[in-house]
Amino acid sequence: MGKITKTDVKAAFKTSLPIMVTFVVLGIGYGLLMQKNGFGPVWSFASGLIIFSGTVQFVSISMLGSGSIIMAAVTALMVAARHIFFSISMIGRYRTEGKRKWYLFYALCDETYAMLSRDDQPAGVNISAYRLLVTLFDQSAWVIGSVLGGWLGTALTFNSTGIDFAMTALFTTVFVEQWISSKNHIPAITGVAATLLCRLIFGPEIFLIPAMVIIIATLTLMRGKIEQEGGAVND
Amino acid sequence: MIDYKHAMIIILVMGLMTLATRILPVLIFGRGEKVPDYILYLGRVVPYTAMGLLIVYCLKDVQVLESPHALPEIISLAVVVLTYLWKRNSILSVVIGTVLYMVLVQMVF
Repeated sequence: MGKITKTDVKAAFKTSLPIMVTFVVLGIGYGLLMQKNGFGPVWSFASGLIIFSGTVQFVSISMLGSGSIIMAAVTALMVAARHIFFSISMIGRYRTEGKRKWYLFYALCDETYAMLSRDDQPAGVNISAYRLLVTLFDQSAWVIGSVLGGWLGTALTFNSTGIDFAMTALFTTVFVEQWISSKNHIPAITGVAATLLCRLIFGPEIFLIPAMVIIIATLTLMRGKIEQEGGAVND
Repeated sequence: MIDYKHAMIIILVMGLMTLATRILPVLIFGRGEKVPDYILYLGRVVPYTAMGLLIVYCLKDVQVLESPHALPEIISLAVVVLTYLWKRNSILSVVIGTVLYMVLVQMVF
């Protein structure tokens, strides 16, 4: 991938900044909760490296003490299932990344995916270095936050209720940017409509799985139409 | 008394399952010299569906029928969209939207 230049670091830092700030705050919340359940910063650190998925890590807390191993496996699979969807769509982009791609895929969380699956990547950067740095910054911020939360404990508490809205806002800005820059809105509408519909039908636990099935089916059936109209994208 | 060995096993099992969701698609579709055309197509369009999916996922626990009827979410999201259309600055919209949302849920509603 060549050398990492200052330009790459700057661009990656700018992209990761809102994610890092939110991850540190959410990480602190996770670390605190782990501490309260008897698992100190070393545990939060290990979990941040082994699992590295905020949603899976939060649900894991209640299972660490005495949860059944089978239940833990099934829960993790269901909660993390959306990553299948994300990974599939990064295979083409990451195919030139060599061995490094294994790190990029292992650490592909929702937010990193939202940033690196965009078609409008910053100009003039070494894309390979940029991808690595964004992924690394995001994961580091989460792990650092969770260790801080476990280490400093309650000394750090402030009312951070609502901070997680930052991620909703971030995804929304990407959504709007994609909407403006694409001619064909079938994919965007399908994503919102299928997921909303499945949330209403299946409830808040498993709805993402049927939603992804519907989305993939729709994209497959509409492939001719989507590609013929210049597609959603320009790469 | 906490069973730390059990906790370690749980973390490893959940980590393995999470890793599987991220790596298995690559092992299945990305091994060969050529990535299947259909997978490349999905790669181009899925990001455009995924943002909507993630937004709904973030809002999955919002209760529309109970007070405050998702008003903090609706107001803050509207502000995010409008400021983004105005300035096209992602960080600015995220900061304004999040601060507004925190004020709304902590002090107003």
